[in-house]
Formats: sequence, structure tokens, C-alpha cells
Amino acid sequence: MDVLALLADGFATSLSPINLMIVLLGVTAGLFIGAMPGLGSVNGVAIVLPLTFIVPPSSAIILLAAIYYGAMYGGAVSSILLGIPGASTAVATTFDGRPMAQQGKAGLALIAAAVASFIGGTISVILFTLFAAPLADLALKFGPAEEFALVLLAFTTFVGLGGDDKLKTVVMICLGLVLSTVGLDLISGQPRLIFGDIPGFYSGISFLVLAIGVYGIGEILYTIETSKTAPQVTPARITFKELGYGIKRMGRIWKTMTFGSVMGFFVGMLPAAGATPASLMAYGIAKQTSRSPETFGKGNIEGVAAPETANNAASTGSLLPMLTLGIPGSPTTALLLGGMVMWGLVPGPMLFIEQPDFVWGLISSLYTANFAAVAINIALIPLFVWALRMPFTVLCAIVMVLCIVGGFAPSQKMHDVWLIAGFGVAGYLLRKADYPLAPLVLALVLGPLMEKSFRQTLIAEQGNVLAFIERPLSGAFIAIAVLFFVLPFVRYLRKGSRRSIVTAE
Amino acid sequence: MLAGDRIIAGAIMVLSVYFMIHATALPIGWNGETGGPGGGAFPFWLSAVMLLCSSLILLRSFGASARASFFFDMSMLRPLLMVIAALFVTIALIPIAGAYIAIPLFLFWYLKIFGRHGWVLTLCLTLGTPVFLFFFFEATLKILLPKGFTEPLFFPLYAMFF
Repeated sequence: MDVLALLADGFATSLSPINLMIVLLGVTAGLFIGAMPGLGSVNGVAIVLPLTFIVPPSSAIILLAAIYYGAMYGGAVSSILLGIPGASTAVATTFDGRPMAQQGKAGLALIAAAVASFIGGTISVILFTLFAAPLADLALKFGPAEEFALVLLAFTTFVGLGGDDKLKTVVMICLGLVLSTVGLDLISGQPRLIFGDIPGFYSGISFLVLAIGVYGIGEILYTIETSKTAPQVTPARITFKELGYGIKRMGRIWKTMTFGSVMGFFVGMLPAAGATPASLMAYGIAKQTSRSPETFGKGNIEGVAAPETANNAASTGSLLPMLTLGIPGSPTTALLLGGMVMWGLVPGPMLFIEQPDFVWGLISSLYTANFAAVAINIALIPLFVWALRMPFTVLCAIVMVLCIVGGFAPSQKMHDVWLIAGFGVAGYLLRKADYPLAPLVLALVLGPLMEKSFRQTLIAEQGNVLAFIERPLSGAFIAIAVLFFVLPFVRYLRKGSRRSIVTAE
Repeated sequence: MLAGDRIIAGAIMVLSVYFMIHATALPIGWNGETGGPGGGAFPFWLSAVMLLCSSLILLRSFGASARASFFFDMSMLRPLLMVIAALFVTIALIPIAGAYIAIPLFLFWYLKIFGRHGWVLTLCLTLGTPVFLFFFFEATLKILLPKGFTEPLFFPLYAMFF
């Protein structure tokens, strides 16, 4: 099938007045959420998801994708103006963005970040368009065995590639999976883990409840603790002359930006990697390959451009496995997946066949969102400077109320609101103790799929466990998964033996 | 603060055991007839892995080279506990007094007393938020928020919008 024809059809959907308006609205909201220190794309999507009932499902997902996109742009704003990353994905942007702002070049740094985000977004959306259909075709051959193996692979990447403590990562994956089994057993239909017959647990624990708790309430508690003093906002003004100069400067570093985009896209596809490591890697490589590496960290425009291209590209990249395979690559895409399931749109290869209008509408809306984001971002810079002066206490109060009401709205049960508060406090404490939260949310979203595919395969194969290895694709996935899982232990043992040799000497 | 790490690891261990006990309500072993594990197997064995890993984390914290990952700024404990308490009080109040009393009260407390903001800002947000919530959730989405004993006051509004 001709990708261009499908994309053209998609534009017919995404350029309809309502969807265009939704993209503009989503991007603007995302930009502000991303620009707020502490709140990133995942918090934005978690808090706004319950409010999207106001638009039809296919537009709702476009709205969320636009927020996601806008938040990736917005993250750079507080990195540059406050020196506090708007989200973890914008950490690398502070390295050179903050020095630039202190030298009075805040405007130029913001332009660089916006243009770089645009380049990263554009290249990655083109890559996305090229890869989506073939990957979906491949995924059509997947049976339950392959699905199980793929989910297993997604989890083991957190253990093998994730930077967090391995034991704590395993604990979080298991906790998410166990929480996903609450409710009715998928196969026999009997209730389980209802904790002494509490009726609220019969319908299970919604991913939304965990996400709002952890990323809404938990994040606010974290912000309260860490925000003792109000940060200093650096003023920024943008003139057309500066804009022209900025774009000219950016033209000279196209190599860095192209590389950052392509690398970001592929790193973003990996479940455990995503936008934060991608941006740090892009920064590191830009510094190493630069002719004047000593200027990095002191306000080099390349140091702003490289991480910003990579984090935007990575956020698009992480949409690819979510949409084509139904396996999200990041907590934010896990929330998008959960939202789609809630609206009756099950991501995966079948979506490309059954709902091509929706899929290509969404893909083409990424193009429009990208254009909208760069324009709105540069146009609204004075407004961001003003919004960043908003005291934390106002932001926290509003987010808390949105969490309470947003948590109530989908199920209309107070039980869920209590769970949100509980998850919020628990999530805050777990984060304080360095337990990674991304695998927890991902496990809760993927848990039902994992258990269902596992048990379906075994029932179909009369309990033959080897069925997972006998099929070539699932066998390969499981082999890689085992490798990822064993890798940290091998590394640990080797380090341990080396240490014991040293002490023996 | 190694104690913080230990308390959290211990709490996860207790939680795992609690999950395991509840998971045994359904068969946790291999189901010979249909093939594959029983309904309780997934939660039971995953909780067992969780128990094992959290025990290892706890044991590790007693090792000689253990370093604390849990740090806490004690001066922020009071405001943090106050916000958590306010959150729980608000949620408890919603079914009794209704969202339109509990949420403005929460906002008033947070902005005026906790945040020490001016009257203009406090009143704008405290009074504006319920109006927004009503029009967004009730009038547009037809999602009724709990009203508790204030329910009769809303009958005229319902008549206007539904």
C-alpha cells in the first residue's frame, strides 16, 4: 500500500477544523504543562486524560498526542529560564541552556530549543511514517505466544538497560503486574485479590487511577518537598532579528541535529530507554564530535540543540511500538495506550486494518502538531516568562483538585479517589527511595495482556511450556529477554570476583 | 537515612505476603485439565518474586557497603504532612458535604492559609473552580459529582441544564 496515499487521507482527517483546533489546544496546553517545573508530558497526559471525555475518542487521542508533543517542546523553557528541567527529558538542556540565559542570550536559547525540537520532530515523524506500516504488517503474524514474549522483552529491557537499581526494578514490575490481576480472573471469571470482598476492587485497578496517583498527587508532593525557595526567572525577549539570526546559526549545526534526531528516534523505541537517555546521549556525542568541546557547558548553542532534537525524536519513536505492536515504550505512551483501550481503540496491527482513518489521522496530526508547536512556542515566549512566575502553591492546589475530580469522573466511584490518594503517597515514598515508577505503570497497563497471552498459549498447547520457544519469533524474543535479564547479574558477578581478587592481594 | 530504605523494603515484604494470602483464594498451581496455571498463580508467584527481591533489598541495606537512597529534608516534613492530611480530609468530606463544599474549602485552605496568598487570588480560584467544574463535568459531560447533603440545592440548576 502506498504510504503517501494513506498519509494524504490522514491529512483529510487531521486538517478538519475540529481536529486542527484540538491540535492547537493540545499543543498550547502541553507547552504550558511542559514548561512548569516538575510537570512533564507524563504528568500532563495523566492529569488531562479524564478531561478528554469532552471530545470524540479519535479526537481525544489526537488531543493527548498533541499535549505530549507540546510538553516535549515546553520542557526546555523552564530548563533555560529557571535552570530547573521542566521534566527529566529536558535535563540535558539545562547544561548549556542555563549558561546561555545567564549571559543574556535566553531568547536565542529558546529559539534554538524550539527549532531543534521542530527538526527532531519532523525527522522522527517521517521515520515513523516509513516504519509504521511494515512493522504493523510484521506484527500481524503475532499470536499469543509472540505477544507474551514481546511483553516479557519489554520488561527485561528495564532490568538490562534501565539505569535504576535492578532489584528495585524487578519489585516494581512485579507490583504492577500483581495490581493488574486485581478484579475478575480473565479465564475463569472468578474474583481474585478483592481484599476481603471490597466491591470497588471487582472492576480491577484502572491504569488511570495509578497514573493520576503517582504522576499527579505523587509528583506534587515531591514538588512541595523540593521547592523550598522560589526560583529566579530569567527575562527573555525575542525580536525578529534574533529569530533570523538564531535560525541561521542553527543551519550550521544541521549535522548534530540530524544525528540527534535519528538516534533519538531509535533509542525512543526501546522500552527502558526513551527521551531522557536519548537526550543525554545526544549531548555527549555532540560534545565529543565538536571542534571546540571546551565551550560545552558554558553556553554553546549546539548543547541546547542536540538534546532537544533527541528528546523530541525519542518521544515520537516511543509512539511506534505502542501503535503498531500495542507495546508502549514509555510511561506516557502507556497512558496513551490505556486511554485508547478505554475508548475502544485497541492499539496493535489490527488497528491499521480496521481503523486506517484513525491511525493515519493520528500520524498526520503529528505533522500538524509539530508545526503548531514550533509556531506557538516562539510566539508565546513572553507568556511563558509570565506563567513561570506563578507560585508553586497555586499550581499545586489546581493540580490536586484536577486529580481528585479527574479521578472520580471516569468511574464515578469514591473508591477510585481514595486509591489515587493512596497511590500518590505510596508513589512519592517509593520515588524517594529510588524505586523506578515507569516499570510500575507499564506493568499495570501490560499485565492483562501478558497474563492472557501466557495462559491462552498454554491452553491452546495443552500446557506445553516449550510452545513459547518452539515458535521462531517468540523464541527469538525470549532469548533476547533472557539475555537482558542475565546481563546485570553477569556484570555483578564479574565485578564481585574482581573485587575479591583485589582484596586477596 | 538507611532506616527509610529499610522501612519501605519491609513494607513491600508485608504487602507481598498479604497479596500471596489473598491470591490463594484461587488455584495457584498448574491446572492439569485445561493446561496452564490456575487463576491465582499469576498474582501468587509474582508476589513471591516481589517478596524475594524486597528481602534482598532489606538484607543488602545491612551490608557494610550499603548506602542510603532515601533522603529527606526534615524541615519540609510538616508542610508535606499538612498537605497530605488536607487531601485526605477533602476526599472524606466529598461524599458527606459534596464536592462543591469540600473542594472550595481545600482551595481556600491551600491558597490562603498554607500558601499565604492574597484575598483576590484566593477568592478568584476558590469561587471560580467550582463554577468551572460544574460547567465542564455536569453541564457538558453529564458526569454528576457527589453532592452529599447539598444535593437539594442543585435541583434548580439540574432543571436548567438537563
